[in-house]
Amino acid sequence: MASGVPLQKTKTAVKRISSEEGWLNMASENESSGSKAVSDAPAKASLVNDPRVRAIFYQALLLAGVVWFFIYIFGNLNANRASQNIRTGFDFFGNTSSFDIGFTLIDYDRSSTFLDVLIVGFLNTMLVAVIGIILATILGFALGIARLSSNWIVARLATILVETFRNIPLLLQMFFWYFGVLKLMPGVKQSLELPLFIVFNNRGIVTPAPILSDNFNTVWIALLITIVAAFFVTRWANARQDATGIRPPAARINAAMIIGVTGAVWLISGASLNWSIPVLIGFNYQNGIHIPPEFLALLWALTIYTAVFIAEIVRAGILAVPTGQSEAAKSLGLKEGDRLRQVIIPQALRVIVPPLTSQYLNLTKNSSLAVAIGYPELVSVFMGTSLNQTGQAVEVVAVTMLIYLTLSLTTSAFMNWYNARIALTER
Amino acid sequence: MQKKLLLAALAATFGMSATASYAASHGAGTLQAVMDKGFVQCGVTGGVRGFSAPDENNNWTGLEVDFCRALASAIFDDADAVRYTPLTSTERFAALSSGEIDVLSRTTTWTMTRDTSLGINFVGVMFYDGQGFMVRKSDGITSALELGGASVCIEAGTTTELNAADYFSSNNIDVNTVVFEEQDEVLKAYEDGRCDVYTTDSSALAAERLNLEDPDAHLILSQIISKEPLGPSVRQGDDAWFNLNRWVYFLLLNAEELGVTQANVDDMLASDNPAIKRLLGVEGTYGDLIGVSNDWGYRIIKALGNYGEMYERHVGPNTEIGIARGVNALWTDGGIQYAPPIR
Amino acid sequence: MTDTKQGSVAFVRSEMVPDAPPPTSTQGVIGWLRVNMFSSIGNSILTLLSLYVIYVAISGVYAFTVTNAIWEGTGGAACRVENVGACWPYIGNRLTFFIYGFYPDTEYWRPNLAFAIGGVLLFLLATPQIPGKVITGALFLIVYPVVTYFLIYGGSFTGLLQVPTEKWGGLMLTLVVAVTGIVASFPIGVVLALGRRSKMPLVRSVCVVFIELWRGVPLITVLFMASVMLPLFLPEGTNFDKLMRALVGVTLFTAAYTAEVVRGGLQAIPKGQFEAADALGLNYFQATMLITLPQALKIVIPGIVNNSISLFKDTTLVSIVGLVDLLGAVRAGTATGTWSAPTIPVTGYLFAAAVFWVFSFAMSRYSQYMERRLDTGHKS
Repeated sequence: MASGVPLQKTKTAVKRISSEEGWLNMASENESSGSKAVSDAPAKASLVNDPRVRAIFYQALLLAGVVWFFIYIFGNLNANRASQNIRTGFDFFGNTSSFDIGFTLIDYDRSSTFLDVLIVGFLNTMLVAVIGIILATILGFALGIARLSSNWIVARLATILVETFRNIPLLLQMFFWYFGVLKLMPGVKQSLELPLFIVFNNRGIVTPAPILSDNFNTVWIALLITIVAAFFVTRWANARQDATGIRPPAARINAAMIIGVTGAVWLISGASLNWSIPVLIGFNYQNGIHIPPEFLALLWALTIYTAVFIAEIVRAGILAVPTGQSEAAKSLGLKEGDRLRQVIIPQALRVIVPPLTSQYLNLTKNSSLAVAIGYPELVSVFMGTSLNQTGQAVEVVAVTMLIYLTLSLTTSAFMNWYNARIALTER
Repeated sequence: MQKKLLLAALAATFGMSATASYAASHGAGTLQAVMDKGFVQCGVTGGVRGFSAPDENNNWTGLEVDFCRALASAIFDDADAVRYTPLTSTERFAALSSGEIDVLSRTTTWTMTRDTSLGINFVGVMFYDGQGFMVRKSDGITSALELGGASVCIEAGTTTELNAADYFSSNNIDVNTVVFEEQDEVLKAYEDGRCDVYTTDSSALAAERLNLEDPDAHLILSQIISKEPLGPSVRQGDDAWFNLNRWVYFLLLNAEELGVTQANVDDMLASDNPAIKRLLGVEGTYGDLIGVSNDWGYRIIKALGNYGEMYERHVGPNTEIGIARGVNALWTDGGIQYAPPIR
Repeated sequence: MTDTKQGSVAFVRSEMVPDAPPPTSTQGVIGWLRVNMFSSIGNSILTLLSLYVIYVAISGVYAFTVTNAIWEGTGGAACRVENVGACWPYIGNRLTFFIYGFYPDTEYWRPNLAFAIGGVLLFLLATPQIPGKVITGALFLIVYPVVTYFLIYGGSFTGLLQVPTEKWGGLMLTLVVAVTGIVASFPIGVVLALGRRSKMPLVRSVCVVFIELWRGVPLITVLFMASVMLPLFLPEGTNFDKLMRALVGVTLFTAAYTAEVVRGGLQAIPKGQFEAADALGLNYFQATMLITLPQALKIVIPGIVNNSISLFKDTTLVSIVGLVDLLGAVRAGTATGTWSAPTIPVTGYLFAAAVFWVFSFAMSRYSQYMERRLDTGHKS
């Protein structure tokens, strides 16, 4: 009790000072402490010099400017569209698209609507983005660690790779991989037949497609449940390790559980799995899953281009961890693997994750360059073909930009949340 | 303060664009604007031989280029008073409606949607075309109906894309389409073996075949799966400019019908045929009706010849493209090119 | 004295043993190799693998660009042979097109002069030892764009032949787009960054929305917007040409990124600087121009250069909306009949890649140099 009183006093004093600071600062925002100090100020200054009045004036001016700007451009827009008799509105989403798309993840044909086109494009974008992010992360970490390797030649090789691919425009790389390398691929008749019935030619890769019976759903559910369970097992193992210092063999338990339980469910449910094997009929292989070369070229180009940037981020992140940390871990007797996993990487991740997320975002946005090499992603099918067939530039461009914007903002929000979670809690 | 800075910066950026010419408000009209600036801005392809393509001296030439040159002749008596803007399929209509170009003469198919909802008006049909297919001879294909399972290369944003989808789905043929933004890429992909079939307007196919490494290894199928009337178009809502364009086109046809050619046009000035007199401006004031000099017809024919001559010069049987007149002949010769009379 | 002592203990050496050389396994070439390349079995395998990769890559590139390459010829025919490498005559033949596009060949001196002036100004601006940064900066940011514009475009009072922008192309166009993007976006970016740090909520939100909007979308959508949508937003009859529209798109896009870089610089300035400026009675404009901006801009030089590198590489996107930049020029050449041969596209791409690489690499080296320089300057 006795010690509490002076502490309270000090706090008030601090607050007093800070509020005065706010006044000196001519803080114009209406923060409670700042404005209180201003109103307490003895001398009334002229209204013109009152920072709050001025702030309101400037903001009113800006607001008027912004409002005028939007009225102006939308006025022009409406006048232009009316005088040239250009269709407006979003009705076209329900219209039949009447064109084909070569690579789709959902059912689509020429009688589908423009909304379907949008979905097809979006899914194709997400497909290449997700796979690209996974591959780029793996390759990027490998390259980043390789650049720091004690092995001179490995480090040099990684440096050369990074410096080469970083400084050449992505679009150029894409053309190179697509048009340069496509020429060298074997034709359909000379296809390369790989093991497991996988076929490789200048139409891309054809793999056998699984044909699942209806009751295969139970197997999926079992798989999902075991994966969730595995997550909890890992958490339990971590907790055990924190408490006792001994780590239960979580990885082995998980593997056994996932494979065992899922396999058992498969056998019991009697779900069948057949493969549709690609066969050469006429022009091309029929059946199976077709992965077009546009997708492969795009994925490859995006992966390499992003990976070299990730490599730099990883390198910087690892270098940012003080050597003392590694030395301290050594002196505690941690093994090489534990040292990396428990000491170095968690600290490096703090530095790595924020720029890494923006690289992921870049990869997603860069996938729009696929329009140049004919992979039917969002920009290509929607902003290219649909825009042309409907002629409604404003609506189509706005919707496309909105989708990318939503992706970006969602990712940023996630990043902020993650950052807050892993940030060092100092002082 | 910041706002002022912002505005100043914006103003500086846009102010630098001294080329942002303020061409004609709605009332003044495109024709006046064109006369003021001294040239016709003509939207063309990136290079389709026979229609619009730069020759070895980087001068634009072709049937559709000649239409723009005819316009310039009528307005300025100078066929070279034309500037060209190469456009992709995707951006062509925006370029026209924005006023970046005065006339779009870029192998554009006249369709109802385009005529009514894109803010453009088609002037006429410079070339009646139809969509065809090019395949490799080594594939042994003789009909488009045998194309099941094939990969088809198409240029984005064209009627070609729609026609192909219509044709294959109505014939229950399952094909794989690969769509590229630029014609160059389509051709390259076809040549690299990415596609079995290259489909576009058959005239363009004939022109593009010449760009292949070994043109003789490729075959254009005889099937024509669509109607592709290709013609120039102008902005909607400017009737004076539309009329001028339309009658320049009709004049080219009328001249051929009346037998007036680049070679004999000077002699024809003395002709007794009243129709020729009207055509060449010897009689009547028809130029006034469309806002140009009365000898507009003479100017055009003298500089470029009639429609038939343009055709023979750029796409006819004696050119490397080699397309017979066919339906593009005058109605008097069994074709469907027909122009209302100048009177 | 010492003699007797030494003599008395016979087993003690009278002189130091000369330093023995270190074991051969740790010095010289072999030692270096052992430490750096063969320190363990795993490392040895990696080393051999890397050597093999390097061998394959170098021999492949060498065979393609030198041994199997065609050096002479006047058309694609010369390069249509079995197992052919690069087709260099294509580059030689089209070089002026790759550099100047359709620009009339009698007028090449104009872009040359413009870029020479730009190069000199940039050198003066980029070399930290040379004084007078404010003057060169103003010259580069304000006077130079105007001069370049009239020099390359010509027309009006200059008495030079007017060259419409449709004729601009190749590397020249790439540089025009990149330089305009960097120069024009800079002031906008600075204003946006200041706005984002403003204490006025409305100013702040407008800037945040603007910045996040452009940063959230791909450049290609911005270019599409500039090319098909922008004209509809302007009064009827106002007509920007195609290049100008692309430049507006590129500038606004880059400005958002510049703003974030500058904001980083502003945030790095200690609070005491702002307070000191206020205490001196400087108003916002004075405090910004005299105290905060000069410090912030110095810190953000590497960031701005990195931005410029991205922009320089991104200029290739204008070829998708139909402008003939360096990449566009290379692509345009490969599809024509006279120059169609199997390796022509790859040859063109290699050439373009080399040009882009040289520019980008030089910029990134400069950025690293500045970073190191600034780093020492700011250690307190």
